[in-house]
Amino acid sequence: MISASPLVELRKVGKAFGEKPVLRGVSFVLPKGTILAVMGGSGQGKTVLLRIASGLAQPDSGEVHLFATRIDRMTEEAMLPLRRRTGFVFQGAALFDSLTVFENVAFPLREHTRLSLGEITERVHHFLDLVGLPDADELLPAELSGGMRKRVGIARALIVEPEVVFFDEPTAGLDPTNAKLVAELIAQLRTGVCDTAIVVTHDVEFAELVADQMAILMRGQFADRGTPSEIHRSANPDVRRFLAGELREI
Amino acid sequence: MIASKDLRQHLRETALWYGGLGLLTVRVARNLTLPPSYFWLVAREIDIIGVRSLVVALTAALFTGMVLALQTAVNMARFGAENYVGPVVALSILRELGPVLTAILVGGKVASGITAELGSMKVTEQIDALRALGVNYVKKLIVPRFMAAVLVFPLVTILADGMGLLGGMLIAVFDRNVDAYLYWNTIAYWVVLKDFLTGLGKSLVFGGLVTLIGCYNGLATEGGTEGLGRSTTATVVQVAMGVIISDFFITRLFLFMYW
Repeated sequence: MISASPLVELRKVGKAFGEKPVLRGVSFVLPKGTILAVMGGSGQGKTVLLRIASGLAQPDSGEVHLFATRIDRMTEEAMLPLRRRTGFVFQGAALFDSLTVFENVAFPLREHTRLSLGEITERVHHFLDLVGLPDADELLPAELSGGMRKRVGIARALIVEPEVVFFDEPTAGLDPTNAKLVAELIAQLRTGVCDTAIVVTHDVEFAELVADQMAILMRGQFADRGTPSEIHRSANPDVRRFLAGELREI
Repeated sequence: MIASKDLRQHLRETALWYGGLGLLTVRVARNLTLPPSYFWLVAREIDIIGVRSLVVALTAALFTGMVLALQTAVNMARFGAENYVGPVVALSILRELGPVLTAILVGGKVASGITAELGSMKVTEQIDALRALGVNYVKKLIVPRFMAAVLVFPLVTILADGMGLLGGMLIAVFDRNVDAYLYWNTIAYWVVLKDFLTGLGKSLVFGGLVTLIGCYNGLATEGGTEGLGRSTTATVVQVAMGVIISDFFITRLFLFMYW
């Protein structure tokens, strides 16, 4: 039996900003159908790791493979076809501020497909319904709340039906209701649009809800990795203290 | 010791800036031939760069021509050569002042606007969002501006040249009593096509240069809104310096090649 190659693979990835190392030889494999939650305290390099895995940033050392293609030394132009197969949900949503909600969500379709206006409208409305924003077409990003902006960002990332989605702190800054809504949305994706994702978060409850693999990033390396129940039984005292919210400094 | 460290840091930043600008130029050149062609974006940029800058460029050119004619006429009158104010104004405007002033005024306005727009997109991760969506941001954001500027700067310069000559004529005829026919006739006799074309050549280079400076500083913006303010200010200064310094080298090159 031939096993399918992983969608994302990092091999001994290192990254430093000036003299300060952020990642020290991080490795992991993300097979199709897996949602991996990368957790850790603030400033531990979670977002840097996500940007490197998605090809938005380059590592100083190590290898990054996306869809079985090595991308860490690729040019920006060569990366574009691979990026079209992925989705990225930014922490601040990164919506195009001069475009309406409809235009933001329709943007990838207009750029990469030859769909008619009717087909684009139908798909945009389908995804806006999915994220619970059926009547937001004409609103500008400045008129949206943080939670609404995040959901528009999710709709924009999903509309091209990516094979893997990268979520950067999808619940950061949201009230509990909106955070729960986003968690349900991500969990719901598994049954339809996309079943493979990396979710960077510091929200333990949220990670347990959406992920089937968890990894704890500490001091530039994974302190532990496994299913949520395995992580809860971790032998690493720092991991247990982190999950209990008692880790003051690392 | 501290001064030496600061100097090293400054030199490093300067080298990085020139290197980054050079790499961006190469990327723009490479992307000029790649699909897709955002023609509607080029048209939009032509409107922003050209049409909306006309009043500034033409007003400056009119008054520059008038001042030049006034100064020239007053001083040439001392040698009894007041009638030759036309060719002096024309040569100064066509070869230097038209392209240089247009580039500094329009370029400063346009490039600082580009820096502010791209810098704002950078700090709010909108550039990264484009990249994440598989969109070639150089092709979408920079190439249309570059193409529009390279096309529009020579056109605005032609109009500014015309306005400068007209301003010179107004002073020569109405203030210094030079015959209008003589003004234009001496210009036609002494000014050759090459004088006009070298000015246009300069404006083409300036158009590309100021756009690249504006785009590069926008993309290199770091440090939130404070960084955005620094980038925009730096663009205005660098555009003015870039135009003036490159003008010397282009002039030297043109004189070497065609004179």
